[in-house]
Amino acid sequence: MSSSKISNTLAFECETGNYHTFCPISCVAWLYQKIEDSFFLVVGTKTCGYFLQNALGVMIFAEPRYAMAELEEGDISAQLNDYQELRRLCVQIKKDRNPSVIVWIGTCTTEIIKMDLEGMAPKLEAEIGIPIVVARANGLDYAFTQGEDTVLAAMAHRCPEYNISNNISSINQDQAIKGLLSFLPLKANPTFTQNKRTRNHPPLVLFGSLPSSVASQLTLELNKQSIDVSGWLPSQRYTELPEVGNEVYVCGVNPFLSRTATTLMRRRKCKLIGAPFPIGPDGTRAWIEKICAVFDIKPQGLEEREKQIWNGLKDYLDLVRGKSVFFMGDNLLEISLARFLIRCGMVVYEIGIPYMDKRYQAAELALLQQTCEELGVPLPRIVEKPDNYNQVQRMRELQPDLAITGMAHANPLEARGISTKWSVEFTFAQIHGFTNARDILELVTRPLRRNLSLEELGWAGLVKKDKINL
Amino acid sequence: MKLAYWMYAGPAHIGTLRVASSFKNVHAIMHAPLGDDYFNVMRSMLERERDFTPVTASIVDRHVLARGSQEKVVDNITRKDKEERPDLIVLTPTCTSSILQEDLQNFVDRASRTSNSDVILADVNHYRVNELQAADRTLEQVVRYYLEKARKQGILNKPLTDIPSVNIIGIFTLGFHNQHDCRELKRLLQDLGIRVNEVIPEGGSVENLQNLPKAWLNIVPYREVGLMTAIYLEKEFGMPYVSTTPMGVVGTAEFIREIQTHINKWAPILLGEQVDYESYIDQQTRFVSQAAWFSRSIDCQNLTGKRAVVFGDTTHAAAMTKILTREMGVYVVCAGTYCKHDTEWFREEVQGYCDEVLITDDHTEVSDMIARIEPAAIFGSQMERHIGKRLDIPCGVISAPVHIQNFPLGYRPFLGYEGTNQIADLVYNSFTLGMEDHLLEIFGGHDTKEVITKSLSTDTDLMWDSESQLELNKIPGFVRGKIKRNTEKFARQNGMTKITVEVMYAAKEALSA
Repeated sequence: MSSSKISNTLAFECETGNYHTFCPISCVAWLYQKIEDSFFLVVGTKTCGYFLQNALGVMIFAEPRYAMAELEEGDISAQLNDYQELRRLCVQIKKDRNPSVIVWIGTCTTEIIKMDLEGMAPKLEAEIGIPIVVARANGLDYAFTQGEDTVLAAMAHRCPEYNISNNISSINQDQAIKGLLSFLPLKANPTFTQNKRTRNHPPLVLFGSLPSSVASQLTLELNKQSIDVSGWLPSQRYTELPEVGNEVYVCGVNPFLSRTATTLMRRRKCKLIGAPFPIGPDGTRAWIEKICAVFDIKPQGLEEREKQIWNGLKDYLDLVRGKSVFFMGDNLLEISLARFLIRCGMVVYEIGIPYMDKRYQAAELALLQQTCEELGVPLPRIVEKPDNYNQVQRMRELQPDLAITGMAHANPLEARGISTKWSVEFTFAQIHGFTNARDILELVTRPLRRNLSLEELGWAGLVKKDKINL
Repeated sequence: MKLAYWMYAGPAHIGTLRVASSFKNVHAIMHAPLGDDYFNVMRSMLERERDFTPVTASIVDRHVLARGSQEKVVDNITRKDKEERPDLIVLTPTCTSSILQEDLQNFVDRASRTSNSDVILADVNHYRVNELQAADRTLEQVVRYYLEKARKQGILNKPLTDIPSVNIIGIFTLGFHNQHDCRELKRLLQDLGIRVNEVIPEGGSVENLQNLPKAWLNIVPYREVGLMTAIYLEKEFGMPYVSTTPMGVVGTAEFIREIQTHINKWAPILLGEQVDYESYIDQQTRFVSQAAWFSRSIDCQNLTGKRAVVFGDTTHAAAMTKILTREMGVYVVCAGTYCKHDTEWFREEVQGYCDEVLITDDHTEVSDMIARIEPAAIFGSQMERHIGKRLDIPCGVISAPVHIQNFPLGYRPFLGYEGTNQIADLVYNSFTLGMEDHLLEIFGGHDTKEVITKSLSTDTDLMWDSESQLELNKIPGFVRGKIKRNTEKFARQNGMTKITVEVMYAAKEALSA
């Protein structure tokens, strides 16, 4: 077990990596819905297909814009020609769906048989006339949400180059949008009066896939500070990818996007704004403040706004205060969520996390540490690549009030009297920005509220005595 | 390569895991990359399992790709041996490990020297067999392993039980209504004075497998899993088996008569007399089960000649086809199965009970067939249920693959006499629902003369701009009305006349305050 330290206080541990999480190919589930003109082709085996069809439940029946290119024995033993096979399938996809982009998701199998997807894509692209983006979202290298990271990193290469001269039109467009917003009640929103100015800062592109309503909430939030968002990676359509380049500042909205950040910095020469993530009102405020600071803008009315949101959460805060949480770790949102929950008055025993990029998450880690200091609570242990078996043993000792865990462990833990919340829900729920702070607590308190309503019944432990190994 | 959106039967390792985790105190270790342990989620969610699923992964990552697993698999096996003390550890290959071609047998040999548990390598090839075939093989492999072990130890020569007894083979986790079927079978056998010797794999202990030969015969209720084991036991120990599925009134009677034949081979010697179950069959058929009476009742008369389509695994699709045609007078236009490896048996079973036979594992072929035939009802898996939804045809679910609603808490067997009642309900409800729909269509829907809306919007004083209108349309239908009302209420309270996206969010925030 190795451990290293940051600022002498935050302790990191690394376990065996025997933990449960979703395969990163699951990112197609939300990305195909986000990018409306895309088609995702997962090049893998029956195992991948089985996972997708079961994990995504009913979505499969809504004519999804994704499919498996299921590898058969002939593909594995190279009796069939990869290129010809993929060409056949992609031509069919083009015929049936006519997407603006086909994303190939490489899997474990394509890694092992060393199928040269990156090599084949440009050739086939030229041949069939549809862009083909290759992302290696496999279980050998990545966990769950990191799948999105690999896809966005690949997309970052496809963003058009930023060019000051052809940006005049987009500024006009921005003004047009501002014009639309200018009828807002002025006394309610004093910051909005300043919005009529032209942009006084370099272009800002945000990266991370969010539901469109959450994306527009964050955009508006920045508008209030007279910051314009010139684009999102990913955009609603592949054909609308934002311009990136030397002059452009980029900022992430999710903690699992370190490859995308690296790609934007190193390959597209963008400037990265390292900020905490806009999860929870504290995180949202810190995120906006950091962006403002970079652009040398004095944030307006943020403190008020944060306070107002916290006031609105009062009923939920009363429920969670003093309760303890244990993050088993499977989706990389853990640090941000833990930081928010500590601010809410909860005690976090352990933050399990699949992978910890200390540079990309530096600001978030600093905020976590600061939050703990301000509230006078001990820093939680951060366990990278956790071992689920060991974690269950630790939970037996600690008896947390809430375990945030994957679905494989939820029911068994509940049967042993430990309340659980499925971690996957945090990935699919709307949790970003000021507006959605309540939704996070809605999720976190659900098991606590359920417990309150069932309290007097006396059947919390539901496994036989001899079977309790917890 | 095959363009695939959906599959009926899962990959091979799922079958192996289902068998392994059905036994008591057996642990499976998958040689697999991160994320392949999705089986645990399915078992925990669908079966609502209270216990941790005894499956862990020996993770295949970059290091393993570069240098091979080396000590990792062996370490994981010995570790699990110490932590959980299982009787047996099954090392399970996956599609990934199939192509890595590591010598897993070597790991098993090494690990079994140091661990107290028995260790075996599941003998399944990912690219040749599917979930069901793999389950069949693994069950046989485990049984064979323990019987050979017992033979070596010289503890195998067990006499037949005094009174007639059977082993039930093939009940296992995530099976379609398997738990209920098992209970129903036990009840049926008890009625007949037959003892249940062992049930495998569900709830069975590997230590008890040596007792299998004590039974007079084996029962294999499902075609897909258990046959290989029964055939092995017949070859090695001369144990006869019954593989007729006791589904439907006629099927159940056939099943009981077959058992009778086998028992009467020994009964004169061991019991001193022959057994005769005819009166029991008669009693149950005519008075206990309601299905025989149902087929005579007016309700069922209305089903005569109604067109139906059946699709599912071989066991359920074949039995259902026969029940519909022979016991209810329904006209089965097409019967089909996705078990391509068992085509001949299926064709033979349903011959004479339907017009066409469809053997495919491509759901688009199934939906094309259904669209072409336009039956009054479908009996199939969850996939067919969704096809039915799209085409507005009712569907009764009779076979895996299934969703969580097919793991009911209440008692819902498909086998035996109670099973016949359940099936009769299922069939009848599917068709009447269809009838109601038609009637509603003829009369133009429900009585709608006075439309009462819950909407409080007056539409006069408030204006939604195009953006907020768009935003509103993005909100799922079932909450849209509520959000619209709340936003308008908020706008009125704050004296706004125009609703923008900003106002919508402000309303949401204000509401939560």
